[in-house]
Amino acid sequence: MATRKAAAKRPNASREELLAYYRDMLLIRRFEEKAGQLYGMGLIGGFCHLYIGQEAVVVGLEAAAKEGDSRVTSYRDHGHMLACGMDPKGVMAELTGREGGYSRGKGGSMHMFSEEKKFYGGHGIVAAQVPIGAGLAFANKYKGEDTVSFAYFGDGAANQGQVYETYNMAALWDLPVIFVIENNQYAMGTSVQRSTHSPSYWERGAAFGIEGREVDGMDVLAVKEAGETAVAHCRAGKGPYILEVKTYRYRGHSMSDPAKYRTREEVQKMREERDPIEGIKAMLLTGNHASEDELKDVDKEIKAIINESAKFAQESPEPALEELWSDIYADELPQEAAV
Amino acid sequence: MTIEILMPALSPTMEEGTLAKWVVKEGDSVSSGDVIAEIETDKATMEFEAADEGTIGKILIEEGAEGVKVNTPIAILLEEGEDASAADAAPAAAPEEKAEPQEDASSEIEHEKAPAAAKPAADTPAPTPDVPEGTSFKSQTVREALRDAMAEEMRRSENVFLMGEEVAEYQGAYKISQGLLDEFGAKRVIDTPITEHGFTGLAVGAAFGGLNPIVEFMTFNFAMQAIDQIINSAAKTLYMSGGQMGCPIVFRGPNGAAARVGAQHSQDYAAWYSSIPGLKVVQPYSAADAKGLLKTAIRDPNPVIFLENEILYGKTFDVPEIDDFTIPFGKAKIWREGTDVTIVSWGIGMTYALEAADALTEMDISAEVIDLRTLRPIDYATVINSVKKTNRCVTVEEGFPVASMSNHLAAHIMAEAFDYLDAPVLSCTGKDVPMPYAANLEKHALTTTQEVIDAVRAVTYK
Repeated sequence: MATRKAAAKRPNASREELLAYYRDMLLIRRFEEKAGQLYGMGLIGGFCHLYIGQEAVVVGLEAAAKEGDSRVTSYRDHGHMLACGMDPKGVMAELTGREGGYSRGKGGSMHMFSEEKKFYGGHGIVAAQVPIGAGLAFANKYKGEDTVSFAYFGDGAANQGQVYETYNMAALWDLPVIFVIENNQYAMGTSVQRSTHSPSYWERGAAFGIEGREVDGMDVLAVKEAGETAVAHCRAGKGPYILEVKTYRYRGHSMSDPAKYRTREEVQKMREERDPIEGIKAMLLTGNHASEDELKDVDKEIKAIINESAKFAQESPEPALEELWSDIYADELPQEAAV
Repeated sequence: MTIEILMPALSPTMEEGTLAKWVVKEGDSVSSGDVIAEIETDKATMEFEAADEGTIGKILIEEGAEGVKVNTPIAILLEEGEDASAADAAPAAAPEEKAEPQEDASSEIEHEKAPAAAKPAADTPAPTPDVPEGTSFKSQTVREALRDAMAEEMRRSENVFLMGEEVAEYQGAYKISQGLLDEFGAKRVIDTPITEHGFTGLAVGAAFGGLNPIVEFMTFNFAMQAIDQIINSAAKTLYMSGGQMGCPIVFRGPNGAAARVGAQHSQDYAAWYSSIPGLKVVQPYSAADAKGLLKTAIRDPNPVIFLENEILYGKTFDVPEIDDFTIPFGKAKIWREGTDVTIVSWGIGMTYALEAADALTEMDISAEVIDLRTLRPIDYATVINSVKKTNRCVTVEEGFPVASMSNHLAAHIMAEAFDYLDAPVLSCTGKDVPMPYAANLEKHALTTTQEVIDAVRAVTYK
């Protein structure tokens, strides 16, 4: 493990920071593993898209964000919610469709929100979150706030038309939005090579005059540094920025994906050579920032949090039947409208 | 041979205009493409160019003349070799009847039935009290009422802004936003690129972020490009978030058929949007309702679909002179009371409903006419109470007949007032065809006043 690339570079993060990234990434990894397990037990239904392998992306970018910044993403959203500080219990209970979930069981894996953490979903329609993210930036700017918006989307969404409609407006109006392309190389089962003739997605911003760059998404420190560049650009009033984060998902697109479109060896090689959590662990150990025992304590702490969230998600009751009819409108509306 | 220069139609719905200014005078020679006059329509002032070469022999309509009907001769052009005496010999301005607009359904009745009551029903004052007794009224077009509603709400809250194609510098494709840029500035009156899907999603995000956007679609036909954001993002997020995150936004613009713009620009989307839980849907007919309901829509904490109609924009109605005039959603308006049949309509359908009711009076049939005004929520109680009184019902709309609002109303009336019905509920709707271009076909593709009359006679067995 000490031979990994990440270990050899960028020591300019404090021990506390490194430990925090390790902990936050591990929280996502263990959460997703548990979600996969609960899915297998029939406790989670429908679609469930796991984030395993991509943890460094959200943890690195959240490290570059500040209070008041907003974020919005696709249906592969559990990692984003945990990284911005949402409660694992509420997220897991939403996955099991229970009253204690963030949407009281009415949203599910793909539809969770937190006004408090400025997490605006969780969207099930590929790329629909991109203009919404620009709209959040529009609101920030309109209100004269010094905040930015992170609009996360995948390499699959990057070929949707509304992304380019949004680029055009964001550049035209200098919106403080960071377009984060999480390029995990597969749009469901279709590889980047099979989806586009110009696979360098961030370069497409040039057509709109939007600056951007590519970054190694398996290296949390590299992501954080790139995120800081992007955030500084937006906060300085220079308009939008595109970050293409090269990452990899270890699991299938969703739980029902047999993953026949790539080899087991390809996945295995990424896990062994590029894993973001193992990378930072090696950095902590080789730099004598932390001992094996200290890391084991972190592992234990995380395990306890995850078990507690799984327990909560199973014990929380199903929503009351009245929930079927609530939250359709923000005010009272005669329900005979539903006849 | 002299050439008559006729008052031009400068938009698909223009029926008359103001001859604002002559740029040429008698005796001037002009060639094809020269600007000869400025014509003010209800939407804009436009330059009018000569189509032929010649000399202006006589100006028939002085500048400043208002209400000049389309196709009225406004000047005489002399061709080479002719002199002014030829202009004098030319016929005087044609009678105004010549310019009777083809899309006006009343002309059809005149041909076929010639009812004596020709008074436009739209001028009938409102019997249902939306306003206190003694309120004074001013005459206003639907267009002006919509503009005033937006301006008042923008003055009321800094968080309200207007976004859409040509809403700012162009002053609105249909001049609904006229003057708003001047008053509120480019921060709050925002011209977008032609990018419906994108700006709709962006506005939804702005609503999530705490603002109150008004999104103008140049027509709701273009909103089909954006319908995913309207349905999946705006309408469903409150529910999907367990009540945490609402979307206070208004989507407004002309909906349904205008005149002669063909199948892709003429669809009525009332039934589409009304089928979506999470949306509220408004389809006003009069200027007062357009104003009061749009103000309510802008204050509503939910996504509201506000369906206007291009033909109605230029129609004039009485609008109450009240500070902060609003009308609640879900409250129908009884335009006229009657005893023999209930005619239920909304939006431009009311034109046919009221004309038919006038004609039916001549046949001793007393029709009660109800304007639903909002389609989600629907004021079912007013409809059911009326049907219990009249025992008969006809619905009137311009939308397609299959899976229509009329179907929904008929089903509801059947379920709630079956024992009171003396005849089946009949529906007058647009025909089950894409909108044709040809004038005669277009007229028949929509519903007609005659169809409403026939439906009422069928259900009243008269």
